[in-house]
Amino acid sequence: MAGFRATSDGVTARFAKPEAAIIRDLVAQVVELVVADMPTPDPDELAAMVGLSESAEQPDDPVLARLLPDGYRDDPEAAQEFRRFTESGLRSAKIESAQMLLQTLPASGGRVRLSSEQAEAWLRSLNDVRLALGVRLGVTEDFDGLSEDMVADDPRYAYIQVYQWLAFLQESLVAALS
Amino acid sequence: MSVAPAEVTRAEASEEAMVDQPWLTIVWNDPVNLMDYVTYVFQRVFGYSKAKAEKLMLDVHHKGKAVVAAGAREAMERNAETLHGYGLWATVGHDV
Repeated sequence: MAGFRATSDGVTARFAKPEAAIIRDLVAQVVELVVADMPTPDPDELAAMVGLSESAEQPDDPVLARLLPDGYRDDPEAAQEFRRFTESGLRSAKIESAQMLLQTLPASGGRVRLSSEQAEAWLRSLNDVRLALGVRLGVTEDFDGLSEDMVADDPRYAYIQVYQWLAFLQESLVAALS
Repeated sequence: MSVAPAEVTRAEASEEAMVDQPWLTIVWNDPVNLMDYVTYVFQRVFGYSKAKAEKLMLDVHHKGKAVVAAGAREAMERNAETLHGYGLWATVGHDV
């Protein structure tokens, strides 16, 4: 896997079948999480139309809380109001990015060629997957410490490898777009 | 019609000062987001030069947070919303 590179007709990368399978699986898991406890739409028709939701609380799941963070730090009331106005749109945007990635990455792997819009969706979606993995793995600033201390039979070990590989992939995509 | 108060009380004066203070979009450090990606997002969202975006990214990385924009509250909320779309940890506030 050489990562993404810029060509005259978009950014491209080649994926082996297992690589495509891992990415597709993780992206689908993020979608499942974001869709799962989607706040019930406001019964008010107009509110539903403009994307207002009744839910204003930070999600309990730490991964969801990281994917859908508070917009205010020391003002719970303003944070709730912000969430009421933005959370459902943010969830939809994350689902859209994920779907675009899934549509452009064949399950069988192979060469992927992305338009700038598709590349942007890939960036957001790969980043969501890394945020989710980061929270589940307990990644801190001392990443090297975490991975060095981990023994090979630790169940998180394989995911640490995947996490690092996705960082490489995302970085290559940023470089290809810059 | 109303009459102007003879003197502005302390509480009102400080409230006015709050109103004059611009709202800020603040980005917080987190251990997952890649440095190059954060720089890319600042360029893309705010149209900043690579040099300015990189400086802000390094401020986030080394100081734990950085003010990336200042202005009207609604605009800062839109910034935070956009940055959340990219997975950055952004908040709106008056204080850094």
